[in-house]
Formats: sequence, structure tokens, C-alpha cells
Amino acid sequence: MSTTTPLDLHQIRAKLQSKQGSEYWRCLEELAETEEFREFLHREFPREASVWDDSSMGRRQFLMLMGASLALAGLNACTKQPDEKIIPFVRSPELVTPGVPLSFATAMVHGGFATGILVTSHMGRPTKIEGNPDHPASLGATDAFTQASILSLYDPDRSQVPLNRGLISTRDKFLQALSQSLQAKRANGGAGLRILTETVTSPTLGDQLARLLHQFPHARWHRYEPVTLDSVREGARIAFGWIMSTRYHLDKADIVLALDSDFLTHGPGAVRYARDFAQKRKVAGGKQTMNRLYSIESSPTNVGAIADHRLGVRPHEVESLIRRIARGLGIPVQTPAESDGHDSWLAALVQDLRTHQGSSVVIPGPYQPPAVHALAHAINERLGNVGKTVSYSDPVEIQPEQSQAESLRELVSDIRDGQVDMLVIMGGNPVYHAPVDLDFGGALASVAFSIHLGLYADETAAECTWHVPQAHYLETWSDARAYDGTATIVQPLITPLYAGVSSDHELLELMLGAAEPKSYDIVRDFWRRHSASRDFETFWKTSLHDGLVAGSAFPSRNVRVRMKEVQALSAKNDAPKDELCLVFRPDPTVWDGRYANNGWLQELPKPLTTLTWDNAVLVSPATAGRFGLQNEDVVEISGDGRTIFGPVWITPGHPDQTATVHLGYGRAKAGRVGSKRGFSVQAIRTSNSPWWVSGIRIIRTGAKARLAVTQHHHLMEGRNLVRSASLAEYVATPDFASEHQPAAQASLYPDHEYDGYAWGMSIDLSACTGCNACVIACQAENNIPIVGKDQVLAGREMHWIRIDRYYKGSLDDPEVVFQPVTCMHCENAPCEVVCPVAATVHDSEGLNVMVYNRCIGTRYCSNNCPYKVRRFNFLQYSTAEPTLAMQKNPEVTVRSRGVMEKCSYCVQRISAARIAAKKEGREIRDGEVVTACQAACPSQAIVFGNLNDPESRIAGLKADPLDYGLLTELNTKPRTSYLARVTNPNREQDISA
Amino acid sequence: MKRENTVDTVETAPLIGHGQTYGTITDKITADVLERKTPRGMLVGLAIAFVLTMVLFISIGWLMIKGVGIWGINIPVAWGFAIINLVWWIGIGHAGTLISAILLLLNQHWRNSINRFAEAMTLFAVGCAALFPLLHLGRPWVFYWIIPLPDTMALWPQFRSPLTWDVFAITTYFTVSFMFWFVGLVPDLATMRDTAKKKWMKIVYGVLAMGWRGSARHWHRYEMAYLLLAGLATPLVISVHSVISFDFSVSVLPGWHATIFPPYFVAGAIYSGFAMVLCLVIPVRKVYGLQDFVTDRHMDYMAKVMLATGLIVAYGYAMEAFFAWYSGNEFEKYMMFNRTQGPYGFIYWGLLLTNIAIPQLLWIGRIRKNMVWLFLISITINIGMWLERFVIVVTSLHRDFLPSSWDMYYPTIWDWATYIGTIGLFLCLMFLFIRLMPMISIFELRQLLPWRGK
Repeated sequence: MSTTTPLDLHQIRAKLQSKQGSEYWRCLEELAETEEFREFLHREFPREASVWDDSSMGRRQFLMLMGASLALAGLNACTKQPDEKIIPFVRSPELVTPGVPLSFATAMVHGGFATGILVTSHMGRPTKIEGNPDHPASLGATDAFTQASILSLYDPDRSQVPLNRGLISTRDKFLQALSQSLQAKRANGGAGLRILTETVTSPTLGDQLARLLHQFPHARWHRYEPVTLDSVREGARIAFGWIMSTRYHLDKADIVLALDSDFLTHGPGAVRYARDFAQKRKVAGGKQTMNRLYSIESSPTNVGAIADHRLGVRPHEVESLIRRIARGLGIPVQTPAESDGHDSWLAALVQDLRTHQGSSVVIPGPYQPPAVHALAHAINERLGNVGKTVSYSDPVEIQPEQSQAESLRELVSDIRDGQVDMLVIMGGNPVYHAPVDLDFGGALASVAFSIHLGLYADETAAECTWHVPQAHYLETWSDARAYDGTATIVQPLITPLYAGVSSDHELLELMLGAAEPKSYDIVRDFWRRHSASRDFETFWKTSLHDGLVAGSAFPSRNVRVRMKEVQALSAKNDAPKDELCLVFRPDPTVWDGRYANNGWLQELPKPLTTLTWDNAVLVSPATAGRFGLQNEDVVEISGDGRTIFGPVWITPGHPDQTATVHLGYGRAKAGRVGSKRGFSVQAIRTSNSPWWVSGIRIIRTGAKARLAVTQHHHLMEGRNLVRSASLAEYVATPDFASEHQPAAQASLYPDHEYDGYAWGMSIDLSACTGCNACVIACQAENNIPIVGKDQVLAGREMHWIRIDRYYKGSLDDPEVVFQPVTCMHCENAPCEVVCPVAATVHDSEGLNVMVYNRCIGTRYCSNNCPYKVRRFNFLQYSTAEPTLAMQKNPEVTVRSRGVMEKCSYCVQRISAARIAAKKEGREIRDGEVVTACQAACPSQAIVFGNLNDPESRIAGLKADPLDYGLLTELNTKPRTSYLARVTNPNREQDISA
Repeated sequence: MKRENTVDTVETAPLIGHGQTYGTITDKITADVLERKTPRGMLVGLAIAFVLTMVLFISIGWLMIKGVGIWGINIPVAWGFAIINLVWWIGIGHAGTLISAILLLLNQHWRNSINRFAEAMTLFAVGCAALFPLLHLGRPWVFYWIIPLPDTMALWPQFRSPLTWDVFAITTYFTVSFMFWFVGLVPDLATMRDTAKKKWMKIVYGVLAMGWRGSARHWHRYEMAYLLLAGLATPLVISVHSVISFDFSVSVLPGWHATIFPPYFVAGAIYSGFAMVLCLVIPVRKVYGLQDFVTDRHMDYMAKVMLATGLIVAYGYAMEAFFAWYSGNEFEKYMMFNRTQGPYGFIYWGLLLTNIAIPQLLWIGRIRKNMVWLFLISITINIGMWLERFVIVVTSLHRDFLPSSWDMYYPTIWDWATYIGTIGLFLCLMFLFIRLMPMISIFELRQLLPWRGK
């Protein structure tokens, strides 16, 4: 009813009063008996259609009328809606074109160290994270944590309001309380004021802290992080006399020895190291050389899985092994009296290192004591690797001198001595993850005024006087340095979703006395003061745009190892052989617990175990046999009068007489996703032995706990799924992978024809480290829901790309292979023929496309898929949670219950490239379409492109002798194929050592 | 009745009891519906069946609210109880048409006393079966997309998919079975109309009888129609289960991809169909004292049909195992290994026991004639045939090509509730049928009179 005469309400009231009994009225218009309403009634409900005239209604007219009614029936919907004017963007924000995403450079900080990223933003909503190709720690790739951090931004469980002793309060009240207590501090020079942070590399924060300590000379700054690099720093101090940061140049290393190190997946620079390592690893393209990786490790890691030679030992044996290696290389260090075997293994390794002077590298892991690091430095120097495969620079961290364990211990003892009455905790969750012997929580209770600035109202927040919500790194300004010192200015993509003190910078500036500090001003002011550039505006803009401050990497420094000090390190005797050892490791998905409330990471199958949603006590098959343990048996682990309980997971390849437990679980206040999952290992982890404890006991309790793993079967059953050969075999028979491949079978049907593009993918199994970055990248890009532990237990996880892991060889020391599996986009796709409604069809470019809104959910396609890559929404998995909905990629349909889904080769990215190419009137260039998994892959194992273009990279890889397809004997003709795995074992080495 | 009657000279047991005349047959069968008080046992049975039917409705309701995730299915076992039950019920639904159509064409007149019953059973079983393909859809509310309806987007079903063929096979089978059953009922409904005393009964049966007066012309047309329908229905007996078996044999999955499936499924279907007829007839015959109409000779014949089809099924199992070995295909070999030694191995051995070993007792004449034994063996075969479908559907799916995706399937309480619920629905309908319709064809039984005892 577009044009209406105004209603006379008085008249209506009068009319209503005059009515007798209960009368129903439909609307005010009816009461008013307006002309329009009568007409409307007449049109909508024609009791006597005005054209209906009995006398003249003949057959023809009747039919005409019927036909017209039918035709007009649909027009009912055309009733004009009321005018509700909305205001368009008369002046649209600069750069924003609806539908075209923007990309901003910033950095994600993990464990203090930055990785440069590019964040995709749709209409002001950041939705996806990619690596920054210009950033040395990324080179365009990312790890799983970085990929998943976008979900934490939108986490509805993030803390949203300041809390005063657990009760909701306001920012103003907090500021009032803060300034009150600071007044007293100003008077006494900051006595009793303590600040606790995690590892800090932010130059601005360092500057602020320095200023704060200057203003409050009696205040102290403490640092603690559960996954600490203390021993790395201490090892450098022993070797060089002062702390240096070590950088590895794996693109120059032919022989790599990892000592309890997962340098390819965790730690500063891991993404970069994986890239460099893979460059030396890949042989596709006719290369006949590759690097060789030795790994000595006390807990199974991805590095050990892809190593050519892996030695699983108990953690304290690593030191004696490196001593023997050093001795073998002519460094007169003490060795333990008793040799613990592995003679031929070590001899071959030493020989290999000897013959690769200057092109080898020894990488000790942060879980090993300082002595191992010092010895590694000595070995690298002796081998002439310094300046080639290893370089040193000034430390990247601010104030690294004091070890973090020592720093925290000092803080706690000062609190106990009553010397602390104001504690500011910026980031971290020490009540949960501080070593148990310090009883940080107990100490914290006696601090009169404590502040916790954090993303979540977590365990620490609950114990503090005040908790203040921190802004996510995508919401605020900051800066940080990468593993090599390269600084990035962290810029926000979105205004903070929740009120609070947005960052450490603002809180510190408030303490310094500023009235309304803004992170932007603080960071900008710092760089204005410290940038060497004369034109600051250009410097600032360039740095923000590029995602890094040009030339800020620390130069490498020439240092000499103090051989005397290293040689003087006394060899400790190993713990008795039969003593059980418990190894602590950061969790590969939730780290130290900081990502516990991130559903993507919780549901991400952990490498090697494929465990989700839980941690477990990992033991070797032999150790499990010795204690009569089965999978999921809950055991009691006790040592030094401390006890934890956790379920067992038997892990082939785990060293015997050792058990591994991971940090980050058993959180009490993580949020709806992360609370009360798994068990906390903190109750048995002390400040003196953060990475392992000897002399523990394991007792079966008789209870069982269910663990949700995504892969239940670990052998290839003699099927030729992951094809591998040694380098020598490969050189002798380059086409070993495809030589027994059956020829394509004849068909009655004509082949598909592709005039334009024909997309294909190649995955290099030599390069894949099983790091999981691709899995989360795919999840973020394609709006893949999480399903929860119960659904994983039921076998319904939704990942479009999964990393299959198979064991080969013996149970105690198996060879491990990874195989990422996506939809194969078969030419003869078995799924396509069996769908009764044509919801999965072949497109003109060879994609096997899934039409969600046509799918009725028979699931026949999944049954007929030999690769089982299809995923079904058995229940309503996608959530309508408003903040989580903001993360969704608008280019990808959010699937509802009852619909099949699967890898689409990121068809939305192909479309975007096609549109861009068409606008410019050209073909899509090679490398223009990059799938999400490919972009994230640190080792560049995934290549995607147009098979019809003979010049493309993908066409070259498909022609490589290493190329083979999975299950091609079924004549599926998969578009995704693999480059067979080539390893480089030392032929002189006795593997059984 | 001018049809030529072949005389079975081998059998000596009568097809119809001595002392039965045209009159007694009519009186007995109509009285069971019109006059006899509903036996208490039947009321109790109906009550139980009704409760189970309600269980079915509740399960369906919950299914519609939550989705198929309430069942135990997953990836890789994306089909579970729903498809097992579909195949099982369809198989049971085979006996009716076989007895009605094929035996009619083959002039096996002994069928006359059991065909009505078997046809009703077929209808209800196919009805139960037809529920499952709808319920198992992820989005059942758009089930009609599988039917070739013209729509504005010119989207048709994908005719290469066996699921599309299923729709045609099942709906055709149901339609023809229903017509066959109803056409066969018309003369008896007229008898009921004429015998009924109460007015409303006369009206109801009268409407259903469609003006049947028993004139020669009526009989002529009836005979023609019945024969034509029998001719139509006969290929369906073969086609329905063949098409259902295509759901499996068209796929690439080891354990499904087998050319033997169509004949082996049809034999299995007849096997289970006869087993179900016996399961139902034996107690009903006892309760209603129908030994004169459904005689021991009928039982004997049906037992023999079971024995024969059971042997065909056994041959099918043997060939599956043989070809798994003979093909030399590693996936096929593993499939057979997994069937026999895998985590579901006990089900395969249970299947061999219930479907192959125990039914061999039917070689013994005394067991064939012992109703308790026959009843127990029939139940066993029904269980065995269900296990067979479990082996085919679940055991093949749960370990296919890539060991990384192997998983287990555990049915949930909702799987069981839906399955047992359909049994309740089936029994409920059977009870109502027995109570409301002449369960034995009166006029066809009368045809048997002239040559009884020969």
C-alpha cells in the first residue's frame, strides 16, 4: 500500500468504542475503513471477483480468466513495499570496493618473535592470513598458529570488560585505581612495583619499559614464558661469553644434525627454515643432490619423521652423544665414562660431518641444556660452518641476560618476602603455567594490587585484583622483531571489538603518566625518534606497507667460541638405564595453552598421533608393553612427590623408557572451547627441570579416557600409496614411482575436452614436513566448521585437506611418511556418476565441483570416493555465532546440515584470477592462482596451475619422472598427483645402530 | 473357472482340508473378520506393535530436528542401518509378487491360499523399505529433486546414478504390487459386503468392492486384468532387487563392485521373503485355525523354495570369495580377508551360520513339517539376511582403499529405534490387515476344491 491517506486515530478509537462484544480487527486501516483498505481486501481476497459475471461467462472467458489468474498469481509478491530510505555510501571509504578484498601487512607474534603476514580484509573484516613474501621469517608462508590466529580475533569467549576481583567493572574505575596506586609509587621510586611480561622483542615496549624503570628506579621487570629459550641463550653465553642469537642458513647446508630440535615446525624462524631446508631437499626437476638430515631426539617430532636417520634416545643421552660427536671431530671435550652404544651410527655421522665442512650444521633444540648448545656452537665452528650455514647476531630479545626461570623465581621470592605490593602482568597466564615449585598462584594472592592484561579472563585473571581485556594483535598497534631482528610495525585491521586497555603499550604509557595514550601514537613516536630516515612520513608509510622496517635485520657478528670454557664443561653421568623419564613439550596445536580456546587448533590433528582435543601420555610400544598399558588407559605419573593423571597413547618411534606429555591442556578457565580438556602437566613441571624429569613412576589406574584421533590405521597394508626411494635408487631409476603404474584403460566414453584452462596440483612428498599449516589455511579460507570431540570420535571431522601419516618398518623405530590428501579432482570421478541429483559435476576446466544447494545428502559420492576426501555435514556444524560469522570468507558458501562438501581447489581464487585476467584481456598467468594450502605451505610442497600451459610449473612437475597418481589403477585419472618421496640415507651407515 | 488345472501327482498331502466346501470356506474366512471377537493375543500384539510404531515416529521426529548425525554413520561408513534396512525390507517384499505373479503364471495353484497374505506382506514391507531412502537423506525435505519433475531451472535427476533407478524401481514395484493386491481383493470385498450384517460395514466394503456383482463379464475382465498384472509384475520381481543391487555393484568399492550382485540379490530377496511369509503364517494359521486352508503341504513347498534360494545365495557367497582370490586384486583380497578376520568378522561368520548352515536342516522332511522348527529356521534366515546386508554395506565401506581413512561404524540407539520401529509399523499394518480384510483369498481357495486330495 504505497500511497495511503493519513489515518485518523481519533476516529478509529471512537469506532472501536462503539463496537459491541469482542471484535477482531486486522489492522488500523481496517478499523478506519479507509478506501485503500477496502480496495486492498478486494484485490487480495476477491470474494466476488469483479469480472465474474455469471450470465456472460462462457467457456472461453472462463479459460481466459483462469489463465490470467494463474499467470498473475506470482505477481502477488510484487505488492510494493513501504519506502524505507537507507543512506548509501555517498562518499565511500577510500580504497573499499564492495566485493574486492584488501590486504594489509602486519605481523603475528608468537613466543615473542614476529612472523610477517598479509591479512585479507573484506569490507573491514579481516578474514584470512597469508605470509608476507617480503618478510624474512615468512617468505609468503605461515605456520598453523598464524593461520588460526584470525579465529582468536573473533573468539566470543575473549574477555570483554574489565574485572575487579572477578566482578564486572569499567575502564574508568580501573584507571582511577591505577593512578591511585601509582601515586604512592611515584613517591617511593617504584619500590614494590613489579612488571611481568612474556618474551619481549618489541622495540617500542623495550623503550617504554626502560623509561618506566627510569621513572620508578626501584621497580623491576620480570619475564617468563613456559616455552622458554633460556638454554639457547645460556648456551651462547657459555660459548661466546655473552648472549648471541643464532641463525641457520639451511639453503647452504648439505648435512643437518638436529639435536632434540623441531626447527622445521617450531621456534623462531621455523617457517623460514622449512623453506630453506626444502630447497635443498627437493629433487624434482632432475636434481641429483639433496641434503641429508640426522635427528637425535627424545620425543617424536616432524623433524625426526622426515629425517634420513633418526635416533630416538632418552633426553639426557643427547648430551653424551654430542660430546662423543665433538670428540670425534677433534674437540677435546669430556665424555662420559660409559659409552651408550650407537657407535657405528655416530661414526658415520661424524664422517659425514667431516666431509662436509662448511656445508653442514648442528642445530640444538631449546629443550636441551645449555651445555649441548655450547657444544653445538663449538662443533659448528670446528666444521667451519660459521659464516656459511650458521651466523650470529646480537640478541633479538630485549634484556635476555637473566634466564626467565630465574626471573620468575626472583619475583616469587620477592613476593614471599613481602617486597611486592603492585604487580602488573602483561600477557601470559602464569597462574596456570608457572612451574609448580614456585607456587605462583599462592604468591600472587598476597600481592595487594595486581593487574592482569590479557586476551582472556583466564586463571591468572581470576587471581588478580584487576583484569583488563587486551586487544588482539589485529586490533592494535605494536611492533616486534623476527628471528633475525627484522622489525615489523604491527598495524591493526579492525577497531577493538571489546573495550579495554588495548595493549601493553597503552598500559605502560598510562603508568608513565600519560592521560589518554593511544598505541598508534606510542609506536609512531618511538619510530619517529629511532628511525634513521630523514623523511619519517615516507619511512612510516613504506614500513607499514611492506610489513617490515627496511634494513632492520641485525647484522651478523664475528664471534669466536671460547673453547676452553666449552671443554671445561663437565660431563654428567647418565641416569640409570632403567629409570623412567618424563619429557615435556609444548603442544603442537595449543602451544603452552594460549591457543586452548581456538577451535581450529583444538581440532587440528596433532602430527604423528593425529590426536585432537586432548593431550596424552605418549609412550613407545615397548614401554607400554613393559607396564601393560593400552591406548586410553589413564595412568598416574608421579615423581618427587608430585602426581599427574593422563591417558596413554602408544606412539611408535617414541624412545623407550620415556614418556612425553604436552603443555597447554587441563585449562580451568580457557573458555567454552578450551576449558577442561586433557590434563595439565604443570603439577609435575618444576623450574629446575622444565623439559624432562627423571625417575618417575607410571602406574595404571584402571580408568579409561576416550581420545579422539583422526587416523586409526597406520600401515599402508602393502599398498603403493606413498612411493619412496633413496637418492641412489632414484638416480639409478628416476621413474621408480611410476614404472609399475598401469596404463590408462580404454573407455567407451569420450574423454573430457578442455579448451581453456585445466587445473592440476602436485604435492612433493619429499618436502612435506607434516606441519599442518595447510590444514588450518584451508579451514580459514573455506569456512570449514569444527565439529567437536564427540563428532571426531564418531569419525566426522571436516578438514578438506588431511595429512595422512603412515608407518613403515619396525614398531620401535619406524619410518614415518606424510601424505597430504585433498580432493583429487579425478577426470573419471567416481563421485560424479553416482549422485542422483547432479550435485557434484565436472566443470569445463576439469574441476570436480560440488553444488551445495543442489545436494540432498545421499552420501553415495563419499562411499564411491576411493580417497575418502568428501566431508558431510551430519549435523548442523556451522555456527551462527555473530562474531565467528564475521570471520567467514564471503566468497565461499557456508554449508548447512545435510550437505556434502570437499576441497574445491579454492575455486573462488580461480574465479578472482579469471576476473582480473579478463578485465585486462589476457590469460591467467602461471602462479597467479595460489590455493590456500599452497600459499601457507612453508616448504612449498604444493604447486598448483594450468596443465594446458606447457610452460607452467605444474606442467613441468607432471612430466617429472617422480610424478605419480594415487590409486590410478582404478582409472580415476586424478588431477592431484604426488612427487614421490626421495630420501638421502647415508649408505655407509648401519641403521640398526 | 476354465483355467486348466495341472495335477500334482507327487504330493499326497492335501492343499485344502477335507470336509471344506464352498460354503464353509466363505463362512470361515469372512467370520474371522466380521464376527469373531478379536483374540486377546492379537490385541496385545497390536498394542506392542503400536508402541514400536510410535518409537519409529519419535525417531523420525528427532531425525528431522537434528539430522542424520544422530545415527552412527560417518566418513567412510556413510551408509549404515538405513540402507541395510532398505535392502532387507525390499528383499522381504519379494515373496508376495513372486507367489502372486510368477506362481500364477506357472499355474502353481497351491499359491492360492497364501498369496493374499504374502501380497499384503509385500506391500507393507515395501512401504517400510521406502521410508529409508527418504529418511537417510541429509536434506529429506528436498527428496523430490530425485524425481524427474519439470522445473523452472530445467534440472533433471542424474540418470546415470543407480539411486535414480531405485526411485523408479521401488515406486513401480509398490504401485504394481498394490494394484495386484487390490484387484485380487475385489471379488472377496464383494463377498464381505454381502456377508456383513452391520450397515457401515456394508457401506465400507461396498465402496471398496467397486460394484462387483460376480457376473460372468466381471469374471472375464477380472481374469484378464489379473493375468496382465501378473505379467507386468513378473519382471519386477527380478528387476527391483537387481536395481537395488546396482547401488552397490555400480560403485568402485571392493565388496560392492561385483557382477554377481543382481542374481545373488534376487535369490536372497526371495529367500528372505519366503522366510518372512513363514514367520507370519505359522502363528496366524495356528491362532485362526487355518490349517485346512494353509496346509502342511504349503509349508513344505515354501520350505523347499527357501532351501533352493538359500543354496543360490550360498553360491553367491562362494563366488565372492573365489573371485576375491582369483582376481588377484589386492583390494579385493583384503576385502575378503577383512570380512572374515576383520573387526566385523563375527558378523560374517554369523551370516554363514544363520543363512547357510542352519537352513540345511530343511533337507530333513520331518523338520520341514515341524512348525516350531520351521518357524525358528525362518526367523534365523531373516536375521541372516539382515547380517548379509550389514556385511555388504558396512564391512565393505569401513576399510576401503586408503588405510588412513579406515574407521569403525557403531550403530546408535537411534539406528536401532528406527529399525525396530519399522518392524513395529510392519506388524501393526499386518495386524490391521488380518483384522479388517479377508486374509485368505476366498474365491481362489474355492478353486482348489475340485481337485483337492488328488
